[in-house]
Amino acid sequence: MKRRGVAFFFVLLIGSIALFGLVPVVGLAGDLVLHMATTTSTDNTGLLDYLAPVFLQDTGIELQWVAVGTGKALALGQNCDVDVLMVHAPTSELKFVNNGYGTNRREIMYNDFVIIGPKSDRAHISGKSVKEALESISMSRALFASRGDDSGTNKREIELWRALGLSVPDRDSWYIQTGQGMLATINIAEEMDAYTLTDRGTYIKYEDNKSGNPPLVILVEGDEGLRNQYSVIAVNPDNCPSVKYDLALKFIEWITSDKAQRLIGEFTLLGKKLFISNAK
Amino acid sequence: MDYIAEGFVTALKLLLRGDPETYSAVFTTLRVSSLSIIASLGMGIPLGFSLGYYSFPGKRQIRAVVDTLLALPTVVVGLFVYALITRRGPLGSLGLLFTIPGIAVAQTILVLPIVIALTATAVSHLDVRFKRTVLTLGAGRRRTAITALYESRYGVLAAGVAAYGRAIGEVGVSMMIGGNIKWHTRTITTAIALETGKGQFAMGIALGLVLLLLAFVINWVLQIMRRRA
Repeated sequence: MKRRGVAFFFVLLIGSIALFGLVPVVGLAGDLVLHMATTTSTDNTGLLDYLAPVFLQDTGIELQWVAVGTGKALALGQNCDVDVLMVHAPTSELKFVNNGYGTNRREIMYNDFVIIGPKSDRAHISGKSVKEALESISMSRALFASRGDDSGTNKREIELWRALGLSVPDRDSWYIQTGQGMLATINIAEEMDAYTLTDRGTYIKYEDNKSGNPPLVILVEGDEGLRNQYSVIAVNPDNCPSVKYDLALKFIEWITSDKAQRLIGEFTLLGKKLFISNAK
Repeated sequence: MDYIAEGFVTALKLLLRGDPETYSAVFTTLRVSSLSIIASLGMGIPLGFSLGYYSFPGKRQIRAVVDTLLALPTVVVGLFVYALITRRGPLGSLGLLFTIPGIAVAQTILVLPIVIALTATAVSHLDVRFKRTVLTLGAGRRRTAITALYESRYGVLAAGVAAYGRAIGEVGVSMMIGGNIKWHTRTITTAIALETGKGQFAMGIALGLVLLLLAFVINWVLQIMRRRA
């Protein structure tokens, strides 16, 4: 009898596991699925959660996305792991397209980068130009949190140090490279009373998380070098025959359409626009 | 402390109100870990049994390798499997990246050493007189092996429980191979990583509690079944 008990036990065990494990997988059958690699800023702000259902309704295509830094998003595109990209590092994007990895790049929206920091503003950067601000931060050795993850924001930050003729900090004790997403980096900056560079969309999301009363405030904004342009790029089917190029083109057509552009413009938190649509 | 208290309340709310995102993550977690546990038990029990039961040259060296693999970091497994299943990789045509079966493959690699090592230990710890006794009682060699597996059933069950625990709680593989895609490959652990990244600590703790509750229910069911066996 004991043997039968054991047999019963194992049948029950494997049966119940199989029920959970196998049945739902068989049930998964989405044909019109578009895979996108995007940046943490479009995901963290909730923009894609807001756009994807409308896109599904209009075209019958389900948008699935992975949120990674722009550097990794481009790598995923190069490796044919996604069909379309939504990124924000124009210099790298053009190189990506010129190398034949991407095609049909279209600009869709922009916002701007801002330098935020604690209200106490130890390095006195409030209202200064980007150059003066970064100089004071590095001179006063005030803590600065960098993404350090090859994301679009990280690329821009490095470009800013370079463009200003400043050496890019690396092992300096005041320079904290978090290696994490934008909101995570803002939270680290908050904990450490550090400055950081962020896109305005993610900052507004952070403000919203803090019920409109955040410990870190915008100190530098409106400088010419701070524009943050987002684009979509289809992964080039010549490089990746397996990609769903037709779906990618449909998405690009949709996101640059008047309707989607209006939706992007209407996406607000705390009554503030996170992105300004500018598809041409 | 606020986050923890808030986390408890949020966890209850999520579960009782049937929050669809939470339940989607729970079911994804169950699917992934169940698939990987079936595969790893299916391969690991025979392998572990052979390793613990039979004597053959190189046995100790294999054992050392398996024990070393117990320390396999999830991100290394993730990277390795990514390199295999990216469209540019040797298995790219299977389209496993960013899918539940894809995560399951990687988790199987992750937990297989646990199943093998613990099964082998359970089998090799049988009383040395066991084999002789069973043989004396007239059992054949095959019969003896089956009886040995039966006698070490609790150890094998423990291997399964440990492997399930590792699979259900890991985040590196699920993040790298699954991509944390909402409604599809977002597991409880990748959701926790996301919420933490967004600074929604209470939500992260809530999901952590949901995961623990899930693990508790599974172990409780196993306890009941074990008493029957």
